Amino acid sequence: MSFVTESTARWIALVATLADLCVALPLWWLFDPQTSQMQFTEHVAWITSPPIYYSLGLDGISLPLVLMTVGIMPLCVLASWNAVTTRVQGFMAMVLVMETTMVGVFVALDFVLFYVFWEAMLIPMYLLIGVWGGANRLYAAIKFFLYTLAGSMLLLVAILVLYYYGGHTFDILALSQGTYPASLQTWIFLAFFAAFAVKVPMFPFHTWLPDAHVEAPTAGSVILASILLKMGAYGFLRFSLPMLPDASRMFTPVMVVLSIIAIIYGAYMALAQVDLKKLIAYSSVSHMGFVTLGLFVLNQQGIEGAVLQMVNHGITTGGLFLCVGIIYERTHSRLIADNVGLASPMPQYATLLVIFALSSLGLPGTNSFVGEFLVLVGTFSWSKIATAVASLGIILAATYLLWMVQRVVFGVPTPHHLPKLRDLNPRELATLVPLVLLIFWIGLYPNPLMSRMHQSVTNTIASMSREKVAPTAHPSAGVITPLLVDSEEPLEIQGGSR
Amino acid sequence: MSLYGTDLLALLPELIIVSTACLVIALDPITPASRRDLLAWLSVGALALCLGLTGLQISGENVRVSAFSDLVAIDAYARFWKVLLYGVTGITIVLSLPYLKAERIHLGEYYGFILLALSGMLVMVSAVDLLTIYLGTELMSISLYVMAGLNRSKPRSLEASAKYFVLGAFSSGILLYGISLLYGLAGSTKLALIAGAIGTRGTDDPLVLIATILIAVGFGFKLAAVPFHMWTPDVYEGAPTSVTAFMAVAAKAASFAAFIRVFVEGLGGLKADWSIMFLLISIVTLLLGNVVAIVQTNIKRMLAYSSIVHAGYALIGFVAAGRGDSLSGGAPGLASVMMYLAIYSFMTLGAFAVIGMLRKGGVEGEEIEDFTGLAKRQPVAAFFMLIFMASLAGIPPTAGFIAKFYVFMAAVDAGMAWLAALALIFAAVSAYYYMRVVMVMYMRDPNPSSIAPPRLATSPALSFVLACAVAGVILFGLFPNPLVSFALQSVLTLK
Repeated sequence: MSFVTESTARWIALVATLADLCVALPLWWLFDPQTSQMQFTEHVAWITSPPIYYSLGLDGISLPLVLMTVGIMPLCVLASWNAVTTRVQGFMAMVLVMETTMVGVFVALDFVLFYVFWEAMLIPMYLLIGVWGGANRLYAAIKFFLYTLAGSMLLLVAILVLYYYGGHTFDILALSQGTYPASLQTWIFLAFFAAFAVKVPMFPFHTWLPDAHVEAPTAGSVILASILLKMGAYGFLRFSLPMLPDASRMFTPVMVVLSIIAIIYGAYMALAQVDLKKLIAYSSVSHMGFVTLGLFVLNQQGIEGAVLQMVNHGITTGGLFLCVGIIYERTHSRLIADNVGLASPMPQYATLLVIFALSSLGLPGTNSFVGEFLVLVGTFSWSKIATAVASLGIILAATYLLWMVQRVVFGVPTPHHLPKLRDLNPRELATLVPLVLLIFWIGLYPNPLMSRMHQSVTNTIASMSREKVAPTAHPSAGVITPLLVDSEEPLEIQGGSR
Repeated sequence: MSLYGTDLLALLPELIIVSTACLVIALDPITPASRRDLLAWLSVGALALCLGLTGLQISGENVRVSAFSDLVAIDAYARFWKVLLYGVTGITIVLSLPYLKAERIHLGEYYGFILLALSGMLVMVSAVDLLTIYLGTELMSISLYVMAGLNRSKPRSLEASAKYFVLGAFSSGILLYGISLLYGLAGSTKLALIAGAIGTRGTDDPLVLIATILIAVGFGFKLAAVPFHMWTPDVYEGAPTSVTAFMAVAAKAASFAAFIRVFVEGLGGLKADWSIMFLLISIVTLLLGNVVAIVQTNIKRMLAYSSIVHAGYALIGFVAAGRGDSLSGGAPGLASVMMYLAIYSFMTLGAFAVIGMLRKGGVEGEEIEDFTGLAKRQPVAAFFMLIFMASLAGIPPTAGFIAKFYVFMAAVDAGMAWLAALALIFAAVSAYYYMRVVMVMYMRDPNPSSIAPPRLATSPALSFVLACAVAGVILFGLFPNPLVSFALQSVLTLK
């Protein structure tokens, strides 16, 4: 592996991620916002028995997430330019593998293909945390790995069960059209929940997140917070809601309560942190609570707000983690107490940090305000009390973020080396400024983004309220290959192992 | 019974293997030590020849040629296993070469015994008569007993051999007892006639059930399924690593092949009974194997428990086949077992090849701790080991995922989604001990105080073997279609 030098590896990774961005960016203009159909589809047979396709496509929900992913990745490479000094080639390779799998998750239209991408990212992420992470990285890495693996194992069973009930297909769109008996929906929902709730993470499955975030290198934290967490929410939106409308409605109260607990609990935990990364990690738990809240109030505003909030959280929290990484490179400490009063030595840095913090707390004019506002509007029509409690989360967010800003930016510096810190260099500015521009663009003029997701969200909601048809066990026996002969026995979902 | 030329022709590959084995053993004393490599390459050449012959033997997909008055069948099912066994044996021979030299036990008769074991396995996979299957099993086992004790100067190797022999003989006795009971009620040891006799006597005959249980126990030992697994860790640990690899892969594959044929063709009428029995066995196997594997510190022992666990996963596909309404309903389940073992062979062989390469001073480094920091010293080998471990854990896009996918698909199809869920939870447990190997390789720094850090003894042949195994694991993970259709076609000839 030594035939690629470290600096070549960095440049290869940067060029590759930028090339990805250049390829993906035109999709924004080529995308037709008038339709909820999948666009830019590819459909190639992969495995013949059972029929599994290499099937890709974009709709208004996946388009913003894909663009966010390919936009964040060059920043991750730039942020690791000097921060990663050991085994740089391996690091950059893992970052690129991560990008492949993450984009794959958002564009896969075949359930098995989705699962392959979903699982394939475990090993690279495990290595990113475990090899290039902080002091307690071994524990954090294996915890992340086992948590997400255990969750996604049940997802695989659910996919297989849906295959037999949904007409012998793994096609996500076809499965979304199908209707399934209520008891089956309940079980499948729980299996999906195991996979997606761990990834989001929803309370009480969030405990891997602070460990993983804190121990991961900066790029790893950004990938985790900005993109990986969105995959769980994306899973709920792409699979749970359209495929399991009855179960989704049934579980709405539970999901709303868990989301609100996450919002409040995450915020309170963030208040108590002395470590900047941990503070942001818990703020992620809180913010992702808004996303799941918006998804499960099951109306247009809520879901559109949730999708917007996924993008917003990716931008804002990504920016915050990049900021922490930058200061860690200088002071080698993530503790708030060691990084007090950065405004005078690092004015540019301080400005950008304040912008990210204000965006994170949902100041009007920034991106998160739009998203959280929409989520709360959606929640209001579902339950006024829930809205009131969730709003508390915004107040708490203002508390912990402004308190953090007060100390880190405007505090009186006690450590002696702090006044000598140099401000941002051009590379670091290049990682942060694009995110700031996006924050204000979405905050002031979200319409282009909203209009692109509108039809797809409408379609998702419409597919939830479709007529209930009596379930047919195996409706389209014609598509079965002759070798996979169908056993007519009903599936024993009821005798679950739990 | 008279011998016909056509019968001998049908068994030509087996005859070639046996003759080569005898030739190798005969040539060994007159071959100078420096030229013993030639014996290995002679064996590999014979394997390649037989691979071609076996490929030519089958004219159609659904044709079965019987030989020696229905003692042996040449069909697509046997061909699948034979192709697998040739490949596995060839790879084992190539990886044995540098290993045996490093261990200073490079004996010519080793290759003879490998080929004799292989001929036993070839008989096992194609026999349709219980006694013939038994003969094949014994030929395989006795060769393996000898090979396990190859490292004569090491007590551990001798202990492994003795233990293997005693428990193997015990299990063979049980198997034979089951066979004799079946002979008593069918008047024949031919699987087809036994199936007919069971059909007329009814399936609730206690004698039939007892015979089935005894045969299941006999095969349980060979498959290393819990509770008949006790010999596995000790034997795998004590035997020379190349022999361990051969036992873990080839012996297991051949045992599964004979096991499936006996229970589907001979005892298929009892599938309602045996599917429950093997369901319990597979659950216990997964539970115990996974839990005990976690605490192992010796990687060969860990892989021994891992091989027990994988037998449990393969049994799930078999159980699923037994729960189907008809044999064709069980075909995907049986095919999933075949795919599982084929993929398991590649990843396990690869893992053992890396272990065999790891030298600590003059001896073999076989503690998991010996892998510490391997990624820094030998990045390519560590990366290969990472792929094997990920595949054993069943993480896509490796072949291990495809193997599990088809087994669980069969289970869900047979209405046992709960079993798939349970087994997948165990799979998450198993990821812990596989990932621990990755962890010590990549995330721990080598202990600076150790005098002789373990290093890797590489050779071109070994690199070739590793490259083959990695290619197999990746290619079957990304393009499983050929393997899937091969297995699905092969299983159709089971009657």
